[in-house]
Amino acid sequence: MSVSTPAGVGDTGHPAGARAPAGVTEAPRLKVNIRAPGEPRRVAYLYLAPALLFYLVFAFGPLIYTTWLSFFKWDGITVGTWVGLDNYNQVLSDPAIRSSFVHSLVLIVFYALLPCALGLFIASIMVHSRVRGVGFFRAVLFLPQTIATVVVAIAWVWIYGQNGPINEGLRAIGLGGLARSWLGDFNLALPAVGLVGTWVMFGLCMVLFIAGIQKIPTSLYEAARVDGAGRWREFLAVTLPSLRGELAVALTLTTIFALRTFDLVYVATSGGPGSSTTVPSWLVYQNAFAVGRVGLAAAVAVVLTIIIFAVAFLITRIVDRDPTT
Amino acid sequence: MTVNRREQVLSYAVLAVFAIVALYPIVSIMLLALHRRSDLVTGFSIPDHPTFHTFREAWELGGFGSGLVNSLIVAGTVAIATAVLATLAGYAFGSMRFRGANALFYLLLIGLIFPYEATVIPLYYVFRDVGLTDSLWALILPQIGLSVPFGTFWMRAFFRSTPGALVEASRLDGASSFATLWRVLLPQAWPAITTMIVLVFMWTWNEFLLALVMIQSDSLRTAPLGLALFAGANRYSDPTLTAAAAVLVALPIVIVYVFLQRSFIRGMFAGAVKE
Repeated sequence: MSVSTPAGVGDTGHPAGARAPAGVTEAPRLKVNIRAPGEPRRVAYLYLAPALLFYLVFAFGPLIYTTWLSFFKWDGITVGTWVGLDNYNQVLSDPAIRSSFVHSLVLIVFYALLPCALGLFIASIMVHSRVRGVGFFRAVLFLPQTIATVVVAIAWVWIYGQNGPINEGLRAIGLGGLARSWLGDFNLALPAVGLVGTWVMFGLCMVLFIAGIQKIPTSLYEAARVDGAGRWREFLAVTLPSLRGELAVALTLTTIFALRTFDLVYVATSGGPGSSTTVPSWLVYQNAFAVGRVGLAAAVAVVLTIIIFAVAFLITRIVDRDPTT
Repeated sequence: MTVNRREQVLSYAVLAVFAIVALYPIVSIMLLALHRRSDLVTGFSIPDHPTFHTFREAWELGGFGSGLVNSLIVAGTVAIATAVLATLAGYAFGSMRFRGANALFYLLLIGLIFPYEATVIPLYYVFRDVGLTDSLWALILPQIGLSVPFGTFWMRAFFRSTPGALVEASRLDGASSFATLWRVLLPQAWPAITTMIVLVFMWTWNEFLLALVMIQSDSLRTAPLGLALFAGANRYSDPTLTAAAAVLVALPIVIVYVFLQRSFIRGMFAGAVKE
Protein backbone atom coordinates (compact mmCIF):
# COMPACT_ATOMS: atom_id res chain seq x y z
CA MET A 1 0.00 0.00 0.00
CA SER A 2 1.65 3.17 -1.08
CA VAL A 3 -0.76 5.44 0.70
CA SER A 4 1.42 6.04 3.67
CA THR A 5 4.51 7.04 1.71
CA PRO A 6 3.60 10.00 -0.39
CA ALA A 7 7.01 11.36 -1.28
CA GLY A 8 8.81 10.24 -4.39
CA VAL A 9 8.23 9.08 -7.91
CA GLY A 10 5.64 11.23 -9.53
CA ASP A 11 5.56 13.93 -6.96
CA THR A 12 4.34 17.08 -8.59
CA GLY A 13 7.59 18.92 -8.41
CA HIS A 14 7.91 19.11 -4.66
CA PRO A 15 11.36 18.07 -3.55
CA ALA A 16 11.10 14.49 -2.37
CA GLY A 17 10.41 14.21 1.31
CA ALA A 18 10.13 17.97 1.64
CA ARG A 19 8.52 19.23 4.77
CA ALA A 20 6.87 21.95 2.73
CA PRO A 21 8.28 25.01 4.45
CA ALA A 22 6.06 28.01 3.95
CA GLY A 23 6.35 29.70 0.60
CA VAL A 24 8.62 27.26 -1.16
CA THR A 25 6.13 25.68 -3.48
CA GLU A 26 5.01 28.64 -5.53
CA ALA A 27 4.76 27.72 -9.18
CA PRO A 28 6.70 30.55 -10.88
CA ARG A 29 9.96 29.42 -9.31
CA LEU A 30 10.02 26.16 -11.25
CA LYS A 31 12.35 25.99 -14.19
CA VAL A 32 11.83 22.62 -15.79
CA ASN A 33 8.55 21.51 -14.51
CA ILE A 34 6.38 24.29 -15.86
CA ARG A 35 3.85 21.95 -17.35
CA ALA A 36 3.79 19.78 -14.30
CA PRO A 37 0.84 17.47 -13.84
CA GLY A 38 -0.59 19.95 -11.42
CA GLU A 39 -2.47 21.31 -14.39
CA PRO A 40 -4.84 24.26 -14.17
CA ARG A 41 -4.34 26.91 -11.58
CA ARG A 42 -7.71 28.45 -11.05
CA VAL A 43 -9.91 25.42 -11.06
CA ALA A 44 -8.22 24.29 -7.86
CA TYR A 45 -10.24 26.81 -5.87
CA LEU A 46 -13.41 25.25 -7.16
CA TYR A 47 -12.35 21.87 -5.80
CA LEU A 48 -11.39 23.40 -2.47
CA ALA A 49 -14.44 25.58 -1.99
CA PRO A 50 -16.94 23.09 -0.54
CA ALA A 51 -14.51 21.64 2.00
CA LEU A 52 -13.25 25.06 3.04
CA LEU A 53 -16.78 26.36 3.34
CA PHE A 54 -17.80 23.64 5.78
CA TYR A 55 -14.59 24.00 7.71
CA LEU A 56 -14.83 27.77 7.99
CA VAL A 57 -18.52 27.90 8.83
CA PHE A 58 -18.71 25.01 11.27
CA ALA A 59 -15.25 24.71 12.79
CA PHE A 60 -12.85 27.59 12.31
CA GLY A 61 -15.52 30.29 12.38
CA PRO A 62 -16.97 29.11 15.69
CA LEU A 63 -13.46 29.07 17.15
CA ILE A 64 -13.12 32.77 16.29
CA TYR A 65 -16.62 33.44 17.59
CA THR A 66 -15.69 31.75 20.88
CA THR A 67 -12.79 34.17 21.21
CA TRP A 68 -15.17 37.08 20.62
CA LEU A 69 -17.61 35.76 23.23
CA SER A 70 -14.80 35.49 25.76
CA PHE A 71 -14.72 39.30 26.03
CA PHE A 72 -18.34 39.46 27.18
CA LYS A 73 -20.28 38.79 30.31
CA TRP A 74 -23.27 36.90 28.99
CA ASP A 75 -25.82 34.52 30.50
CA GLY A 76 -26.90 33.09 27.13
CA ILE A 77 -30.32 34.76 27.24
CA THR A 78 -30.21 38.51 27.82
CA VAL A 79 -27.91 40.97 26.09
CA GLY A 80 -24.26 40.54 26.95
CA THR A 81 -21.97 43.29 28.19
CA TRP A 82 -18.41 43.89 27.04
CA VAL A 83 -15.99 43.23 29.90
CA GLY A 84 -12.65 43.24 28.12
CA LEU A 85 -10.20 40.86 29.69
CA ASP A 86 -12.16 40.31 32.90
CA ASN A 87 -12.97 36.71 32.04
CA TYR A 88 -9.30 35.99 31.45
CA ASN A 89 -8.43 37.59 34.78
CA GLN A 90 -10.88 35.25 36.37
CA VAL A 91 -9.44 32.24 34.57
CA LEU A 92 -6.03 33.13 35.94
CA SER A 93 -7.13 33.97 39.47
CA ASP A 94 -10.08 31.69 40.25
CA PRO A 95 -8.68 28.76 42.25
CA ALA A 96 -11.36 26.38 40.93
CA ILE A 97 -10.43 27.11 37.32
CA ARG A 98 -6.72 27.04 38.02
CA SER A 99 -6.99 23.69 39.70
CA SER A 100 -8.82 22.28 36.65
CA PHE A 101 -5.74 23.11 34.58
CA VAL A 102 -3.52 21.53 37.21
CA HIS A 103 -5.66 18.40 36.96
CA SER A 104 -4.99 18.46 33.22
CA LEU A 105 -1.28 18.42 33.91
CA VAL A 106 -1.71 15.39 36.13
CA LEU A 107 -3.72 13.72 33.37
CA ILE A 108 -0.90 14.42 30.90
CA VAL A 109 1.40 12.35 33.11
CA PHE A 110 -1.05 9.45 32.93
CA TYR A 111 -2.27 9.81 29.34
CA ALA A 112 0.98 10.79 27.67
CA LEU A 113 4.16 10.30 29.69
CA LEU A 114 3.31 6.95 31.25
CA PRO A 115 2.15 5.27 28.00
CA CYS A 116 5.14 6.63 26.10
CA ALA A 117 7.61 5.50 28.77
CA LEU A 118 5.94 2.10 28.85
CA GLY A 119 5.98 1.91 25.07
CA LEU A 120 9.65 2.81 24.87
CA PHE A 121 10.57 0.29 27.54
CA ILE A 122 8.76 -2.47 25.72
CA ALA A 123 10.17 -1.44 22.39
CA SER A 124 13.67 -1.60 23.84
CA ILE A 125 13.04 -5.10 25.15
CA MET A 126 11.95 -6.17 21.71
CA VAL A 127 14.80 -4.60 19.80
CA HIS A 128 16.60 -7.86 19.18
CA SER A 129 13.63 -10.11 18.71
CA ARG A 130 11.81 -10.90 15.55
CA VAL A 131 8.32 -11.51 16.82
CA ARG A 132 5.80 -13.35 14.71
CA GLY A 133 2.14 -12.49 14.94
CA VAL A 134 2.82 -8.78 15.38
CA GLY A 135 -0.37 -8.14 13.42
CA PHE A 136 -2.47 -9.92 16.02
CA PHE A 137 -0.91 -8.11 18.97
CA ARG A 138 -1.18 -4.82 17.17
CA ALA A 139 -4.88 -5.31 16.57
CA VAL A 140 -5.51 -6.22 20.21
CA LEU A 141 -3.40 -3.44 21.68
CA PHE A 142 -5.12 -0.94 19.46
CA LEU A 143 -8.65 -2.04 20.37
CA PRO A 144 -9.13 0.46 23.26
CA GLN A 145 -8.77 3.28 20.71
CA THR A 146 -11.87 2.21 18.86
CA ILE A 147 -14.28 2.06 21.77
CA ALA A 148 -16.45 5.06 22.61
CA THR A 149 -15.16 6.86 25.69
CA VAL A 150 -18.62 6.63 27.21
CA VAL A 151 -18.37 2.84 27.02
CA VAL A 152 -14.81 2.89 28.37
CA ALA A 153 -15.97 5.01 31.28
CA ILE A 154 -18.80 2.61 32.11
CA ALA A 155 -16.46 -0.37 32.03
CA TRP A 156 -14.01 1.32 34.37
CA VAL A 157 -16.65 2.59 36.75
CA TRP A 158 -17.54 -1.07 37.19
CA ILE A 159 -13.90 -2.11 37.60
CA TYR A 160 -13.24 0.58 40.20
CA GLY A 161 -16.60 0.08 41.91
CA GLN A 162 -17.31 -1.04 45.45
CA ASN A 163 -17.87 -4.65 44.31
CA GLY A 164 -15.77 -4.45 41.21
CA PRO A 165 -12.86 -6.70 40.23
CA ILE A 166 -10.19 -4.55 41.89
CA ASN A 167 -11.79 -4.55 45.29
CA GLU A 168 -12.75 -8.21 45.00
CA GLY A 169 -9.19 -9.02 44.05
CA LEU A 170 -7.89 -7.16 47.09
CA ARG A 171 -10.33 -9.00 49.35
CA ALA A 172 -9.38 -12.32 47.82
CA ILE A 173 -5.73 -11.84 48.77
CA GLY A 174 -6.57 -10.63 52.25
CA LEU A 175 -6.09 -6.94 51.59
CA GLY A 176 -9.76 -6.12 51.95
CA GLY A 177 -8.79 -3.20 54.17
CA LEU A 178 -7.52 -1.40 51.08
CA ALA A 179 -10.76 -1.86 49.19
CA ARG A 180 -12.62 1.35 48.60
CA SER A 181 -14.68 3.22 46.07
CA TRP A 182 -11.74 4.37 44.01
CA LEU A 183 -13.56 7.04 42.06
CA GLY A 184 -15.16 8.36 45.24
CA ASP A 185 -11.87 9.01 47.01
CA PHE A 186 -10.74 12.64 47.06
CA ASN A 187 -7.08 11.79 46.62
CA LEU A 188 -7.36 8.80 44.34
CA ALA A 189 -10.14 9.77 41.92
CA LEU A 190 -7.89 11.82 39.65
CA PRO A 191 -5.14 9.18 39.35
CA ALA A 192 -7.88 6.60 38.83
CA VAL A 193 -9.28 8.61 35.92
CA GLY A 194 -5.73 9.08 34.67
CA LEU A 195 -5.09 5.35 34.64
CA VAL A 196 -8.10 4.87 32.38
CA GLY A 197 -6.37 7.26 30.00
CA THR A 198 -3.20 5.19 30.31
CA TRP A 199 -5.20 2.13 29.37
CA VAL A 200 -6.69 3.85 26.32
CA MET A 201 -3.34 5.17 25.12
CA PHE A 202 -0.62 2.64 25.95
CA GLY A 203 -1.49 0.35 23.05
CA LEU A 204 -1.23 3.19 20.57
CA CYS A 205 2.24 4.08 21.86
CA MET A 206 3.39 0.47 21.83
CA VAL A 207 2.15 -0.12 18.30
CA LEU A 208 3.87 3.03 17.08
CA PHE A 209 7.19 2.25 18.73
CA ILE A 210 7.24 -1.41 17.77
CA ALA A 211 6.67 -0.37 14.16
CA GLY A 212 9.46 2.16 14.59
CA ILE A 213 12.10 -0.22 15.93
CA GLN A 214 11.55 -2.61 13.07
CA LYS A 215 12.73 0.09 10.71
CA ILE A 216 16.01 0.65 12.55
CA PRO A 217 18.81 -0.98 10.55
CA THR A 218 20.46 -3.75 12.58
CA SER A 219 23.84 -2.41 11.47
CA LEU A 220 23.36 0.47 13.91
CA TYR A 221 23.09 -2.00 16.76
CA GLU A 222 26.07 -3.97 15.52
CA ALA A 223 28.09 -0.76 15.45
CA ALA A 224 26.98 0.06 18.98
CA ARG A 225 27.97 -3.42 20.10
CA VAL A 226 31.40 -3.11 18.50
CA ASP A 227 31.84 0.11 20.43
CA GLY A 228 31.15 -1.88 23.57
CA ALA A 229 27.82 -0.26 24.34
CA GLY A 230 25.63 -1.91 26.98
CA ARG A 231 21.85 -2.15 26.82
CA TRP A 232 21.35 1.26 28.36
CA ARG A 233 23.88 3.04 26.12
CA GLU A 234 22.46 1.24 23.14
CA PHE A 235 19.01 2.50 24.05
CA LEU A 236 20.21 6.09 24.41
CA ALA A 237 22.46 6.08 21.36
CA VAL A 238 20.44 4.09 18.86
CA THR A 239 16.86 3.26 19.84
CA LEU A 240 15.77 6.59 21.29
CA PRO A 241 17.12 8.82 18.49
CA SER A 242 15.69 6.51 15.84
CA LEU A 243 12.24 6.65 17.41
CA ARG A 244 12.18 10.44 17.59
CA GLY A 245 9.49 10.82 14.93
CA GLU A 246 7.25 8.19 16.48
CA LEU A 247 7.79 9.70 19.91
CA ALA A 248 6.67 13.11 18.66
CA VAL A 249 3.52 11.66 17.13
CA ALA A 250 2.70 9.66 20.23
CA LEU A 251 3.31 12.58 22.59
CA THR A 252 1.26 14.98 20.49
CA LEU A 253 -1.72 12.65 20.13
CA THR A 254 -1.78 11.60 23.77
CA THR A 255 -1.17 15.05 25.25
CA ILE A 256 -3.92 16.64 23.19
CA PHE A 257 -6.23 13.81 24.18
CA ALA A 258 -5.37 14.40 27.85
CA LEU A 259 -6.03 18.13 27.62
CA ARG A 260 -9.38 17.56 25.92
CA THR A 261 -10.71 14.99 28.38
CA PHE A 262 -14.44 15.43 28.80
CA ASP A 263 -16.52 12.31 28.19
CA LEU A 264 -14.61 10.26 30.73
CA VAL A 265 -15.00 12.83 33.50
CA TYR A 266 -18.64 13.47 32.63
CA VAL A 267 -19.62 9.81 32.84
CA ALA A 268 -17.24 8.49 35.49
CA THR A 269 -17.03 11.26 38.09
CA SER A 270 -18.90 14.42 37.04
CA GLY A 271 -15.86 16.30 38.25
CA GLY A 272 -16.14 14.88 41.75
CA PRO A 273 -15.83 13.98 44.47
CA GLY A 274 -15.92 17.65 45.39
CA SER A 275 -14.00 19.23 42.55
CA SER A 276 -11.14 16.73 42.59
CA THR A 277 -11.50 15.67 38.94
CA THR A 278 -12.68 18.86 37.24
CA VAL A 279 -10.96 19.53 33.92
CA PRO A 280 -11.12 22.57 31.62
CA SER A 281 -13.64 21.10 29.14
CA TRP A 282 -15.87 20.16 32.03
CA LEU A 283 -15.80 23.80 33.20
CA VAL A 284 -16.52 24.95 29.64
CA TYR A 285 -19.59 22.74 29.58
CA GLN A 286 -20.75 23.67 33.08
CA ASN A 287 -20.32 27.41 32.66
CA ALA A 288 -21.71 27.63 29.13
CA PHE A 289 -24.73 25.37 29.49
CA ALA A 290 -25.53 24.87 33.17
CA VAL A 291 -24.82 28.06 35.09
CA GLY A 292 -25.05 30.66 32.32
CA ARG A 293 -21.57 32.13 32.45
CA VAL A 294 -20.98 31.87 28.73
CA GLY A 295 -18.22 34.46 28.51
CA LEU A 296 -16.19 32.77 31.20
CA ALA A 297 -16.68 29.40 29.54
CA ALA A 298 -15.44 30.87 26.28
CA ALA A 299 -12.35 32.26 28.02
CA VAL A 300 -11.56 28.85 29.48
CA ALA A 301 -12.00 27.32 26.01
CA VAL A 302 -9.66 29.88 24.46
CA VAL A 303 -6.97 29.33 27.09
CA LEU A 304 -7.29 25.57 26.56
CA THR A 305 -6.93 26.04 22.81
CA ILE A 306 -3.83 28.19 23.24
CA ILE A 307 -2.27 25.60 25.52
CA ILE A 308 -2.97 22.84 23.00
CA PHE A 309 -1.40 24.84 20.17
CA ALA A 310 1.62 25.63 22.34
CA VAL A 311 2.07 21.97 23.27
CA ALA A 312 1.78 20.76 19.68
CA PHE A 313 4.23 23.43 18.54
CA LEU A 314 6.71 22.70 21.33
CA ILE A 315 6.73 18.97 20.77
CA THR A 316 7.34 19.42 17.05
CA ARG A 317 10.11 21.90 17.77
CA ILE A 318 11.91 19.80 20.32
CA VAL A 319 11.79 16.74 18.15
CA ASP A 320 12.80 18.50 14.94
CA ARG A 321 15.80 20.21 16.48
CA ASP A 322 17.90 17.13 17.01
CA PRO A 323 19.90 16.65 13.81
CA THR A 324 21.25 13.12 14.38
CA THR A 325 19.25 11.48 11.63
CA MET B 1 22.76 -10.73 14.17
CA THR B 2 21.57 -13.84 15.93
CA VAL B 3 18.30 -13.50 17.67
CA ASN B 4 18.62 -14.35 21.28
CA ARG B 5 16.18 -17.07 22.26
CA ARG B 6 15.63 -15.79 25.73
CA GLU B 7 14.81 -12.33 24.46
CA GLN B 8 12.39 -13.84 22.00
CA VAL B 9 10.47 -15.56 24.78
CA LEU B 10 10.57 -12.42 26.90
CA SER B 11 9.13 -10.37 24.06
CA TYR B 12 6.22 -12.73 23.62
CA ALA B 13 5.59 -12.74 27.36
CA VAL B 14 5.55 -8.95 27.52
CA LEU B 15 3.27 -8.66 24.50
CA ALA B 16 0.91 -11.26 25.94
CA VAL B 17 0.71 -9.50 29.31
CA PHE B 18 -0.14 -6.19 27.69
CA ALA B 19 -2.61 -7.76 25.31
CA ILE B 20 -4.42 -9.16 28.34
CA VAL B 21 -4.38 -5.75 30.01
CA ALA B 22 -5.88 -4.23 26.85
CA LEU B 23 -8.60 -6.86 26.63
CA TYR B 24 -9.50 -7.24 30.29
CA PRO B 25 -11.92 -4.32 30.74
CA ILE B 26 -13.67 -5.20 27.50
CA VAL B 27 -14.04 -8.87 28.35
CA SER B 28 -15.04 -8.00 31.88
CA ILE B 29 -17.93 -5.77 30.76
CA MET B 30 -19.08 -8.39 28.23
CA LEU B 31 -19.14 -11.10 30.86
CA LEU B 32 -21.00 -8.82 33.21
CA ALA B 33 -23.61 -8.24 30.53
CA LEU B 34 -24.20 -11.99 30.21
CA HIS B 35 -25.22 -12.27 33.85
CA ARG B 36 -28.60 -11.75 35.39
CA ARG B 37 -29.09 -9.02 37.90
CA SER B 38 -29.92 -11.65 40.50
CA ASP B 39 -26.45 -13.17 40.09
CA LEU B 40 -25.09 -10.22 42.09
CA VAL B 41 -21.80 -10.33 40.27
CA THR B 42 -18.72 -9.22 42.12
CA GLY B 43 -15.28 -9.22 40.65
CA PHE B 44 -14.45 -11.36 37.68
CA SER B 45 -16.94 -14.08 37.04
CA ILE B 46 -17.90 -16.28 34.17
CA PRO B 47 -21.65 -16.73 33.99
CA ASP B 48 -23.00 -20.22 34.79
CA HIS B 49 -26.00 -19.70 32.57
CA PRO B 50 -25.15 -16.99 30.07
CA THR B 51 -28.20 -14.96 29.22
CA PHE B 52 -28.96 -12.52 26.46
CA HIS B 53 -32.01 -11.32 28.23
CA THR B 54 -30.14 -8.27 29.58
CA PHE B 55 -29.54 -7.12 26.04
CA ARG B 56 -33.21 -7.28 25.20
CA GLU B 57 -34.19 -5.50 28.36
CA ALA B 58 -31.59 -2.77 27.90
CA TRP B 59 -32.66 -2.39 24.28
CA GLU B 60 -36.28 -1.91 25.28
CA LEU B 61 -35.75 0.24 28.37
CA GLY B 62 -33.07 2.47 26.93
CA GLY B 63 -34.56 2.99 23.49
CA PHE B 64 -31.29 1.93 21.90
CA GLY B 65 -33.01 1.01 18.67
CA SER B 66 -33.57 4.65 17.81
CA GLY B 67 -30.22 5.62 19.34
CA LEU B 68 -28.34 3.25 17.07
CA VAL B 69 -30.32 4.39 14.04
CA ASN B 70 -29.64 8.05 14.85
CA SER B 71 -25.95 7.34 15.28
CA LEU B 72 -25.92 5.45 12.01
CA ILE B 73 -27.58 8.35 10.18
CA VAL B 74 -25.25 10.94 11.69
CA ALA B 75 -22.02 8.97 11.35
CA GLY B 76 -22.92 7.71 7.86
CA THR B 77 -23.82 11.14 6.53
CA VAL B 78 -20.75 12.77 8.06
CA ALA B 79 -18.41 10.07 6.75
CA ILE B 80 -19.75 10.16 3.21
CA ALA B 81 -19.96 13.95 2.99
CA THR B 82 -16.44 14.22 4.36
CA ALA B 83 -15.22 11.68 1.83
CA VAL B 84 -16.63 13.69 -1.08
CA LEU B 85 -15.44 17.08 0.16
CA ALA B 86 -12.03 15.84 1.23
CA THR B 87 -11.41 13.95 -2.00
CA LEU B 88 -12.07 17.09 -4.03
CA ALA B 89 -9.97 19.28 -1.75
CA GLY B 90 -7.20 16.70 -1.44
CA TYR B 91 -7.08 16.47 -5.25
CA ALA B 92 -6.54 20.22 -5.46
CA PHE B 93 -3.85 20.24 -2.78
CA GLY B 94 -2.20 17.06 -3.96
CA SER B 95 -1.94 17.51 -7.68
CA MET B 96 -2.53 21.13 -8.62
CA ARG B 97 -0.56 24.30 -8.15
CA PHE B 98 -2.25 27.49 -7.25
CA ARG B 99 -1.59 30.67 -5.39
CA GLY B 100 -2.10 30.48 -1.64
CA ALA B 101 -1.98 26.69 -1.55
CA ASN B 102 0.29 26.68 1.48
CA ALA B 103 -1.63 29.31 3.40
CA LEU B 104 -4.92 27.49 2.81
CA PHE B 105 -3.37 24.19 3.75
CA TYR B 106 -2.04 25.55 7.03
CA LEU B 107 -5.41 27.09 7.77
CA LEU B 108 -6.88 23.63 7.40
CA LEU B 109 -4.12 22.05 9.48
CA ILE B 110 -5.19 24.16 12.45
CA GLY B 111 -8.38 22.13 12.33
CA LEU B 112 -6.40 18.96 13.03
CA ILE B 113 -5.40 20.01 16.50
CA PHE B 114 -7.76 22.58 17.92
CA PRO B 115 -10.13 21.21 20.54
CA TYR B 116 -13.66 21.18 19.21
CA GLU B 117 -14.79 21.75 22.78
CA ALA B 118 -13.93 25.36 21.98
CA THR B 119 -16.43 25.54 19.10
CA VAL B 120 -19.40 24.07 20.91
CA ILE B 121 -20.45 27.26 22.69
CA PRO B 122 -21.18 29.47 19.65
CA LEU B 123 -22.45 26.48 17.67
CA TYR B 124 -25.09 25.88 20.29
CA TYR B 125 -26.20 29.50 20.64
CA VAL B 126 -26.23 30.19 16.91
CA PHE B 127 -28.05 26.96 16.14
CA ARG B 128 -30.56 27.76 18.87
CA ASP B 129 -31.29 31.12 17.26
CA VAL B 130 -31.87 29.60 13.83
CA GLY B 131 -33.83 26.67 15.24
CA LEU B 132 -31.33 23.94 14.41
CA THR B 133 -30.74 22.62 17.92
CA ASP B 134 -32.43 19.38 18.81
CA SER B 135 -32.11 18.05 15.29
CA LEU B 136 -29.66 15.65 13.72
CA TRP B 137 -28.42 18.50 11.52
CA ALA B 138 -26.94 20.06 14.64
CA LEU B 139 -24.70 17.02 14.87
CA ILE B 140 -24.08 16.42 11.18
CA LEU B 141 -23.07 19.87 9.95
CA PRO B 142 -20.44 20.68 12.60
CA GLN B 143 -18.92 17.24 12.41
CA ILE B 144 -18.45 17.51 8.66
CA GLY B 145 -16.61 20.76 9.31
CA LEU B 146 -14.49 19.07 11.96
CA SER B 147 -13.67 16.00 9.87
CA VAL B 148 -12.75 17.84 6.69
CA PRO B 149 -9.23 18.78 7.88
CA PHE B 150 -8.22 15.19 8.56
CA GLY B 151 -9.86 13.95 5.36
CA THR B 152 -8.21 16.58 3.19
CA PHE B 153 -4.86 15.97 4.81
CA TRP B 154 -5.22 12.25 4.20
CA MET B 155 -6.37 12.52 0.57
CA ARG B 156 -3.68 15.09 -0.21
CA ALA B 157 -1.07 12.59 0.93
CA PHE B 158 -2.67 10.00 -1.33
CA PHE B 159 -2.79 12.22 -4.40
CA ARG B 160 0.78 13.31 -3.87
CA SER B 161 1.82 9.67 -3.85
CA THR B 162 0.21 8.81 -7.18
CA PRO B 163 2.55 8.97 -10.17
CA GLY B 164 2.33 12.35 -11.84
CA ALA B 165 2.83 10.66 -15.21
CA LEU B 166 -0.69 9.26 -15.00
CA VAL B 167 -2.21 12.65 -14.54
CA GLU B 168 0.04 14.09 -17.21
CA ALA B 169 -0.94 11.44 -19.76
CA SER B 170 -4.61 11.94 -19.08
CA ARG B 171 -4.18 15.68 -19.47
CA LEU B 172 -2.41 15.26 -22.78
CA ASP B 173 -5.34 13.19 -23.94
CA GLY B 174 -7.38 16.30 -23.42
CA ALA B 175 -9.24 15.11 -20.35
CA SER B 176 -10.61 17.78 -18.05
CA SER B 177 -9.37 17.94 -14.51
CA PHE B 178 -12.56 16.30 -13.29
CA ALA B 179 -12.36 13.51 -15.86
CA THR B 180 -8.80 12.89 -14.75
CA LEU B 181 -9.93 12.60 -11.15
CA TRP B 182 -12.94 10.46 -11.97
CA ARG B 183 -11.45 8.06 -14.50
CA VAL B 184 -7.76 7.93 -13.70
CA LEU B 185 -7.27 8.66 -10.03
CA LEU B 186 -10.42 7.51 -8.25
CA PRO B 187 -10.12 3.86 -9.28
CA GLN B 188 -6.83 3.75 -7.37
CA ALA B 189 -8.03 5.89 -4.52
CA TRP B 190 -10.64 3.53 -3.09
CA PRO B 191 -8.46 1.98 -0.39
CA ALA B 192 -7.45 5.43 0.85
CA ILE B 193 -11.03 6.66 0.73
CA THR B 194 -12.29 3.58 2.56
CA THR B 195 -9.80 4.11 5.35
CA MET B 196 -10.91 7.69 5.70
CA ILE B 197 -14.58 6.77 5.75
CA VAL B 198 -14.02 4.11 8.38
CA LEU B 199 -12.10 6.45 10.68
CA VAL B 200 -14.47 9.39 10.34
CA PHE B 201 -17.39 7.04 10.89
CA MET B 202 -15.81 5.73 14.08
CA TRP B 203 -14.97 9.17 15.48
CA THR B 204 -18.44 10.45 14.70
CA TRP B 205 -20.12 7.36 16.13
CA ASN B 206 -18.20 7.74 19.40
CA GLU B 207 -18.76 11.49 19.74
CA PHE B 208 -20.50 12.58 22.92
CA LEU B 209 -20.21 16.26 23.88
CA LEU B 210 -21.92 17.71 20.81
CA ALA B 211 -24.87 15.37 21.22
CA LEU B 212 -25.07 16.17 24.92
CA VAL B 213 -25.26 19.88 24.19
CA MET B 214 -27.50 19.86 21.12
CA ILE B 215 -30.06 17.12 21.66
CA GLN B 216 -32.98 17.37 24.04
CA SER B 217 -35.55 14.96 22.60
CA ASP B 218 -35.35 11.32 23.65
CA SER B 219 -36.04 10.23 20.10
CA LEU B 220 -33.03 12.08 18.68
CA ARG B 221 -30.40 10.81 21.08
CA THR B 222 -27.32 9.19 19.62
CA ALA B 223 -26.20 5.84 21.01
CA PRO B 224 -23.42 7.21 23.28
CA LEU B 225 -25.69 9.96 24.62
CA GLY B 226 -28.48 7.47 25.31
CA LEU B 227 -25.96 5.20 26.98
CA ALA B 228 -24.57 7.93 29.26
CA LEU B 229 -28.06 8.88 30.43
CA PHE B 230 -29.09 5.25 30.79
CA ALA B 231 -25.97 4.51 32.86
CA GLY B 232 -26.64 7.52 35.04
CA ALA B 233 -30.04 6.09 35.89
CA ASN B 234 -29.27 2.37 36.19
CA ARG B 235 -25.59 2.01 37.04
CA TYR B 236 -26.06 1.24 40.70
CA SER B 237 -29.41 -0.44 40.61
CA ASP B 238 -28.52 -2.86 37.81
CA PRO B 239 -24.91 -3.07 36.62
CA THR B 240 -25.64 -6.00 34.30
CA LEU B 241 -28.18 -3.97 32.36
CA THR B 242 -25.80 -1.03 32.06
CA ALA B 243 -23.07 -3.36 30.86
CA ALA B 244 -25.37 -4.82 28.22
CA ALA B 245 -26.23 -1.33 27.01
CA ALA B 246 -22.54 -0.43 26.81
CA VAL B 247 -21.82 -3.55 24.76
CA LEU B 248 -24.67 -2.69 22.38
CA VAL B 249 -23.20 0.75 21.73
CA ALA B 250 -19.61 -0.41 21.28
CA LEU B 251 -20.37 -3.51 19.23
CA PRO B 252 -20.98 -2.02 15.77
CA ILE B 253 -17.60 -0.27 15.74
CA VAL B 254 -15.78 -3.28 17.18
CA ILE B 255 -17.24 -5.50 14.47
CA VAL B 256 -16.12 -3.09 11.76
CA TYR B 257 -12.73 -2.91 13.45
CA VAL B 258 -12.28 -6.66 13.46
CA PHE B 259 -12.67 -6.70 9.70
CA LEU B 260 -10.87 -3.51 8.81
CA GLN B 261 -8.29 -3.14 11.55
CA ARG B 262 -5.44 -2.57 9.11
CA SER B 263 -7.20 0.48 7.72
CA PHE B 264 -7.90 1.79 11.20
CA ILE B 265 -4.33 1.56 12.38
CA ARG B 266 -2.77 2.83 9.19
CA GLY B 267 -5.09 5.81 9.10
CA MET B 268 -4.65 6.77 12.73
CA PHE B 269 -0.91 6.98 12.35
CA ALA B 270 -0.63 8.35 8.85
CA GLY B 271 -2.89 11.17 9.90
CA ALA B 272 -0.31 12.21 12.42
CA VAL B 273 2.97 11.01 10.96
CA LYS B 274 2.82 12.95 7.73
CA GLU B 275 4.72 16.23 7.99
